[in-house]
Amino acid sequence: MTRETLFNAALLLGLIAVPAWAVLADEPFTITLATRAVILALAAAGLNIALGIGGLVSLGHAVFFGIGGYAMGILAHHAQSYTNLMDWPFVIPGTKFMPVIWLVAIVTSALAALVIGILSLRTTGAYFIMITLAFGQMFFYFAISWSAYGGEDGMSIYVRNSFPGLNTLVPIQFYGLCLAMLVLVLIFSARLRRAPFGLALNAARQVPARLEAVGMDPTRLKLVAFVISGVITGLAGALFADLNRFVSPSMFSWQFSGEIMILVILGGVGRLFGPVAGAVTFVALEHFLGGITEFWHIILGLLLLAVVLFARGGITGLIAGKEVRHD
Amino acid sequence: MKKFLMASAATALLASAAAADVKVGMITTLSGGGASLGIDTRDGFMLAIEAAGRSDIEVVIEDDQQKPDIAVQLADKMIQSEKVDVLTGIVWSNLAMAVVPAATAQGLFYLSTNAAPAQLAGAGCNANYFAISYQNDNLHEGAGAYVAQAGYKNTFILAPNYPAGHDSLNGFKRFYTGDLAGEVYTQLGQTDYAAEIAQIRASGADSVFFFLPGGMGISFLKQYADSGVDLPLVGPAFSFDQNILQAVGDAAVGVKNSSTWSKDLDNAANAAFVAAYQEKYGRLPSIYAAQGYDTANLLLSAIDKADVNDDAAFGAALKAADFASVRGEFSFAANNHPIQNVYVREVIKEGEIFTNKIVGTALEDHANAYVDECKM
Amino acid sequence: MSTILILEQVLNGLQFGVMLFLMAAGLTLIFGVMGLINLAHGSLYMVGAFAAAAVAGLTGSFVLALIAALAAAALAGAVIEIAVIRRLYNSDHLDQVLATFALILIFSEGTRWVFGSFPLFLDIPAALSGPVTLPGGIQYPLYRLTLIGAGLLVALGLWLLIERTRIGIQIRAGENDREMIAALGVDISKLYTLVFALGAALAGLAGALVGAIQSVQVGMGEPVLILAFVVIVIGGIGSIKGAFVGALLVGLTDTLVGIFLPEVLKLFMDAAPATSAGSSIASMSIYILMSLVLIWRPSGLFGARS
Repeated sequence: MTRETLFNAALLLGLIAVPAWAVLADEPFTITLATRAVILALAAAGLNIALGIGGLVSLGHAVFFGIGGYAMGILAHHAQSYTNLMDWPFVIPGTKFMPVIWLVAIVTSALAALVIGILSLRTTGAYFIMITLAFGQMFFYFAISWSAYGGEDGMSIYVRNSFPGLNTLVPIQFYGLCLAMLVLVLIFSARLRRAPFGLALNAARQVPARLEAVGMDPTRLKLVAFVISGVITGLAGALFADLNRFVSPSMFSWQFSGEIMILVILGGVGRLFGPVAGAVTFVALEHFLGGITEFWHIILGLLLLAVVLFARGGITGLIAGKEVRHD
Repeated sequence: MKKFLMASAATALLASAAAADVKVGMITTLSGGGASLGIDTRDGFMLAIEAAGRSDIEVVIEDDQQKPDIAVQLADKMIQSEKVDVLTGIVWSNLAMAVVPAATAQGLFYLSTNAAPAQLAGAGCNANYFAISYQNDNLHEGAGAYVAQAGYKNTFILAPNYPAGHDSLNGFKRFYTGDLAGEVYTQLGQTDYAAEIAQIRASGADSVFFFLPGGMGISFLKQYADSGVDLPLVGPAFSFDQNILQAVGDAAVGVKNSSTWSKDLDNAANAAFVAAYQEKYGRLPSIYAAQGYDTANLLLSAIDKADVNDDAAFGAALKAADFASVRGEFSFAANNHPIQNVYVREVIKEGEIFTNKIVGTALEDHANAYVDECKM
Repeated sequence: MSTILILEQVLNGLQFGVMLFLMAAGLTLIFGVMGLINLAHGSLYMVGAFAAAAVAGLTGSFVLALIAALAAAALAGAVIEIAVIRRLYNSDHLDQVLATFALILIFSEGTRWVFGSFPLFLDIPAALSGPVTLPGGIQYPLYRLTLIGAGLLVALGLWLLIERTRIGIQIRAGENDREMIAALGVDISKLYTLVFALGAALAGLAGALVGAIQSVQVGMGEPVLILAFVVIVIGGIGSIKGAFVGALLVGLTDTLVGIFLPEVLKLFMDAAPATSAGSSIASMSIYILMSLVLIWRPSGLFGARS
């Protein structure tokens, strides 16, 4: 076992042990915090596929997060007001049923990622960063002025949506659901890396010319990675909306895109458990530093700087050493 | 712990009506660009709490960074781990919409020190939700009434393109009787208004109503003053509060604005509040501070009368509004929003400080447009 | 809609564009020479505005305020270049984005720590206040005309600096071939600090000039930063000429679409929804413009490399 495997196992154990302790000690807020960390980790795990394996620096992943959130918000809004989403040509009612909401979130964010990907992948480098940012801003301004669904105010959903066999209003049950999703996505990511697609994608990032020589289209590979990445982040958005029982345009903001990116870099770019380490650390910092001083952003900024300047591999790199993962 | 408190409260009931300790959670904006509003809210609220000098009230204060998801998370924390009885302090409507419905559904009391969106006043009203400030439309309605009273016939109106902006222009139109020379929605967060000012100049208007809170208002006022357009301006108090005026300077002098409070409002409670606030914090209070102060005093008055764990009794005690408001006469309408006067103020310069003085009353004993929609 | 109004709106678009150029020029210069994406450029804009407001408050002089803004922003730029930025030249864009994002956090809350949470006061100098009447009967604020003039002057100065001076030659050489310029005995790290401070000073100048007609508050830099990025991406990253053209394009698009689109929509629908819908689309217009440009020319209008 490498140190990284040990570290990952410890992280996973923590994600199970801490909420378990919280249930026994009757500290439901700790579970809420842990849920937040797990959902943010899921969003970051999505970005990590584009960023870590595909080398696509997207500063617009909040688009997918927001689309997932609004999928939940719009469907649940219609369900709780007993109105239809659409009356013509088909009648589409709202729903409070999580699996359906997730499916809608997945399909819509996949479509958005496909369109944005096709257009953005014509560019590279700094241009790619900026065009994804521009798409984020478009969605942000659109959501702010979309008065049918709350505009800037967003939408509140009074009761968390349902999942068969679970009472999602009990914090630990909802947490379990989110953790299960995260684990599934991590397993998927791990297999993706070792699959021919992942290897080819890695090559597309490092030596695109060689890939073209064997008749593969690096842009198409990157597009597929971008869509997969967007779908996972979109799913995280739907869960995040359910955690807060609330959606708003701030889910689309460029600052949020930046935050997801911070999670990935903080944890270690391209590391399987990097997003998890990053999200857990970020949520813990936010919680504890915020309690110490109003000006906690200064400390957060200094810590991030320290990571970039002195710990290039992020937290995972710091703890588990700089060894490159074996693809 | 909760059980124990309730048990002890029950035994103490023999001696006094209210013996339970009350824990208050304040969620407000203390960092970032909007921090000045939250800081004033907190300072006004804590001034009243500290003046009361009681040991049975505990206030937990947290910073929402003006982000809805953080506000929700803080509300969860206050409800789940701090076990507060009352929540208060949110400045912004979108954050209030994220927190209030869930909090009242879980049986907490929410006392609004500022934001009071239409949804929570009409169909979404709740017996545990009280707005001590106003209903969001009130100041805009007051401005509309004033513009009509002042005899303007052709007003140009503008507001940012977001729900509060739409509510603002609708509220204005509800009491304004003349024609509109133009109706413009600007971008939220816009900093340059040259294009809109040119439209105003070309529109043939005889007056301008604008709702541009925070930095947007500062930018608009400075640019308007420099443009050479000299039509009279009217706005709600948000663009003319004590902190913003100092950043606008001379550009605001003479502008009329509608407000439910002013530092020169003539009543004993207000005089005491302004003096105490200035002494403690070394600056003049803003409307947010006044609303925070009133909220705390209302809460104190209810704690004296009823046990916070008895929803019905505590709600009734709040609804009685048995406290000396710095706004003078104050009572609650059926939907738990204030019935109060809306005044017209004018911006003046007092020594080196820019401030407001009352020059008239736009609406007397005004409630709000949503009372009938509220089924409680 | 009268011709006068249209001309006045064109002037407004120009003025907005020229101020965006001041921001974008520094950004594109830094990217062109050092290959660095600097998200903290908006913070330097804010530093300039705050320094100007503080000095104007103390001395009452607008000229001193401008000098202070230039000096403070240049100093802040030089300090962060030496302390942080120079370690990032060889790392990828990802690290640069994160590090400069961290700098935004530090600058914003640091400024709030020093100056408090309330907006500061900064006014137009008396000599430049009020409107003037232009040929054709357009009433236009003198200060805004001054801004257009000042911006064009800076653009000219930058062009001269880059095309006609020794430093300009070094900068251009730096964009093309870093090893070569080092081999020629130019102190590359000094050159980089200088370029960074120059870009910072331009941002600070823009902050002070615009701060006089806007609100000087924490967080004022980020909206401008995003616009400046749109500008340099449209123009082609690294190209001063591109930044100039891009800035005018963005300034004019943003102003004119915002004004005329609601009017056009009113021909087809009721007034209230038309203004609301028009304003919604207008707020997205420059991002749509940028996407179109990039789809048409993936490295911007004047971009050499991507």
